[in-house]
Amino acid sequence: MKLTSTFLTTLAAGVMFAGMAAAETNLTVYTAVEAEDLARYAETFNESYPDIKINWVRDSTGIITAKLLAERDNPQADVIWGLAATSLLLLKSEGILEAYAPEGVGELDSKFVDADAPPAWVGMDAWVAAVCYNTVEAEKAGLTPPTSWQDLTDPKYKGHVIMPNPNSSGTGFLDVSSWLQLFGEDGGWEYMDGLHQNIARYTHSGSKPCKLAAAGEIPIGISFAFRGAKSKAAGAPLEIIVPSEGVGWDMEATAIVAGTANLEAAQKLVDFSVTKQANEMYNTGYAVVAYPGIAKPVEHFPEGLLEAMIDNDFEFAANNRAAILKEWQSRYDGKSEPK
Amino acid sequence: MTTHSTITHELPAGPVVKGKLSRDDIIMRACMGVIALYLVLTLAFPLYTMLSKSFSIYRVDLSQYEFQVSNENGQFDGTIVTGAELNAKTGVYTATDLSTSADGRIAVTKFFPDFSFRSPVLYQIRNAVPGGRFLVGSTLHNDTNWLELNSNDFRRVQLRPVKSTGLANFVNYFSTPALFNSIKNSIWISVLSTIVTVSLAFWFAYALNRSCMRFKGIFRLIAMAPILVPSLLPGIALVYLFGNQGMLRELLFGHSIYGPIGIVIGSIFFTFPHAFLIISTALAISDSRLYEAATSLRATPWRTFWTVTIPGARYGLISAAFVVFNLVITDFGLPKVIGGQFNVLAVDIYKQVIGQQNFEMGAVVSVVLVIPAILAFAIDRMVQSKQVASLSARSVPYQPSPNAKMDRIFFAYCTLVGVFIVGLLAVCQFAALIKFWPYDLSFSLNNYQFDKMDGGGWSSYFNSIKLGLLTAVAGTCIVFFGAYLVEKSNGFKTGRALFQMLAMLPMAIPGMVLGLAYIFFFNNPSNPLSVIYGTMAILVICSVTHFYTVSHLTAVTALKQMDREFESVSASLKQPTLKLFSRVTVPVCLPSVLDISIYLFVNAMTTVSAVVFLYSPSTTLASIAVLNMDDAGDIAPAAAMGMMIFYTNAAARIIHLIASRGILKRTQAWRSR
Repeated sequence: MKLTSTFLTTLAAGVMFAGMAAAETNLTVYTAVEAEDLARYAETFNESYPDIKINWVRDSTGIITAKLLAERDNPQADVIWGLAATSLLLLKSEGILEAYAPEGVGELDSKFVDADAPPAWVGMDAWVAAVCYNTVEAEKAGLTPPTSWQDLTDPKYKGHVIMPNPNSSGTGFLDVSSWLQLFGEDGGWEYMDGLHQNIARYTHSGSKPCKLAAAGEIPIGISFAFRGAKSKAAGAPLEIIVPSEGVGWDMEATAIVAGTANLEAAQKLVDFSVTKQANEMYNTGYAVVAYPGIAKPVEHFPEGLLEAMIDNDFEFAANNRAAILKEWQSRYDGKSEPK
Repeated sequence: MTTHSTITHELPAGPVVKGKLSRDDIIMRACMGVIALYLVLTLAFPLYTMLSKSFSIYRVDLSQYEFQVSNENGQFDGTIVTGAELNAKTGVYTATDLSTSADGRIAVTKFFPDFSFRSPVLYQIRNAVPGGRFLVGSTLHNDTNWLELNSNDFRRVQLRPVKSTGLANFVNYFSTPALFNSIKNSIWISVLSTIVTVSLAFWFAYALNRSCMRFKGIFRLIAMAPILVPSLLPGIALVYLFGNQGMLRELLFGHSIYGPIGIVIGSIFFTFPHAFLIISTALAISDSRLYEAATSLRATPWRTFWTVTIPGARYGLISAAFVVFNLVITDFGLPKVIGGQFNVLAVDIYKQVIGQQNFEMGAVVSVVLVIPAILAFAIDRMVQSKQVASLSARSVPYQPSPNAKMDRIFFAYCTLVGVFIVGLLAVCQFAALIKFWPYDLSFSLNNYQFDKMDGGGWSSYFNSIKLGLLTAVAGTCIVFFGAYLVEKSNGFKTGRALFQMLAMLPMAIPGMVLGLAYIFFFNNPSNPLSVIYGTMAILVICSVTHFYTVSHLTAVTALKQMDREFESVSASLKQPTLKLFSRVTVPVCLPSVLDISIYLFVNAMTTVSAVVFLYSPSTTLASIAVLNMDDAGDIAPAAAMGMMIFYTNAAARIIHLIASRGILKRTQAWRSR
């Protein structure tokens, strides 16, 4: 009797185990990658790993970061694939990320990999600030194209410039942190005081200024190059301007969430995220990717963008983020577009 | 007589007479308890969690860190100093600097005036107590081991705050003008919108209930139309009408639509049906004997209006004003689209939480936002407590009689309001079909390719329908039964007052706050209810709770018009109250029951703020897709999705109308003579 039951239990356990081995693993992946790219990313990944299914949770950078922080003690995500490095640095400093050196990480450009060993996150691609300039509306208003950040403080642009609020937009924050790095702390704030005089309003998201410029609502939108190239491809009368002083940038990166129940599958996903194949996939939308030497030019991307990318100090940005945002809010927040 | 009194005199004092609870009363109280428990779990507890969050502060406790500094040769002499001692000596950080947000950091090199990152001096740092936190670069150290760093690495050390409790968040809030200016902004916008909306809605409702003008059914449909769309849709329409590339922008004479003007116009649009619904319910039934009395006393129509009509509808008017005020002050969809540089409270919560991940400050703004709402609630309750049943068992329902001149004036007025409402919707539909406004005005369906946009695609649309249906069914049952129990049960005054308070509370709670509170409460592994986090269930619960108050008010207004004599008669016939409920109350109040369910359905379809934090990849919603697409600058697809919500809700309303007609014929024949 007892023997039989032991036997049955073993049998049942064996059957269950076999069942589990064959079943596919579900990974919950948090991302801020544009929605239209997600299906393609999952498909390419499944070509190599057919038994791992990706469940995307997609939202803007701010919301995903807020979600991860709120879920700190009860993590819902397994992997973060495609979130701003500044956000990942913040998550890392909260101990939310599981450090892991993916296979082949040595191939990547070192500025795309977290400095610690093993790295807490690995980069995918970079998005770069740029100015979207609506030629039709600008002509109507009698404006000439600006060539530098300093040009934008010219009083003739008053009310014709729109930019994202750094308090809610990653793009807005990379602009502000790049100005502080380019012009020095005092010079940076002085520059923003001047620019503020010309700003029509601050938007919530980073892509909206460029789309508003494309729609002619406000002729000059401080946004990022990728967005500008897309709107231009959609037929908007845009010129994408790379300011001569240099432009700020941030990267999208990948990391494992500490406490995941599917560590092995999560590691496979991160392994895949640094492969040449994956980087070629990122290249469809991003001109700058982590894997050196494979980037092909992207249609409508402005020339000289790579050279204009500043030597961005992510640690400065992350460690001074709270202070910078507080200062920015106290100076300019009356003009911020509400959400 | 005398003998009798003597006998009484001789008896010992009897026990205090106390009404015995019948089985019926016990059942009713138990049911009320269950619904009250639902409200406590989905409202009171999450809000309490949120409130405690607003007092949770982050402070850098300098005494928790210990330092050692070497000489030029890298040798330590064993002297240990704490951060607090160093700060006392150098005075670089004030108390305000040290109380910071969850993301705050404090650099340590300022404690050492002769610090240079090139110097050969070595430093050691440790947490004096377990649980202290500091960073080197971005790596977290929370153990108590000494860490030796050279000068170049030591400049990368940042101290992190620890959690404690206090009022620092509130102090911080009221010392930041960018934040507290929003209080003034929010209040005056809400007051202005309330005055305009309630006046407009009253005359509209009056025309529909007390005149004999034509096309009443169509006007009723049009008046309810704004309820069928998310509150940010009028904002989108106003952008197309009065934005810098707008069709009618000259009408604003150079004023910008982005700001208070846009918010007020949009608010009138989206709160109109809410006010109309309540006032109309109040005007729908009145006692024709009062009008007969007025006529026989030779009162002028003007005097009759002020002495009979307005007093009869005053509770509806007050409730409507209260509802509109709260809708405007707690809405964040509309100011997000059209608010421009004009900060309001509901939006500040969003900016604090999403932009800065400053949950604590978000909670503080929420507390501030709740105060005017609670005040409005208190005043409303004081007035409502004086209300008595206007329809007694002996009443004769009022029937309007034709008056050609007045009917024409009312018709013209209603047409104007109708054009405003239909016009805004038509603009959205037009914009959704344009290929690329304003440069390529050809028609195209490109904006309907939702799967290519941010926001969850077409599946979000079907999720919304599912949410709407579930919310309507579950919500109507809970709300109407709850309202009945609280209105018609006997005694138990404290319990009923508490229940009323709970039922009124959701109106004061902005959706954003409720959503946030749900994250804190339900996304906590030690809470057994955390299993519903990330499912459709939490969205349904959140929606039912969020829209509880208006449904409850509608039910109560309808129930108040039924005399308690019905209950007395049923009791004297020895019938259980629950039987009376199902056989008399529900059929009599059926128009209101149907109104509640359609109200819940369309609001679940259109709500943004209540669910923006709670949806998961498998439960994305259409209304959130509108928000996200507008946010990304895809305004035309946002308008397209908004209009999809409109058509779905319109279809639901048509079904509702047909169903109501059929049911009304069967159950409401007694109303007309």
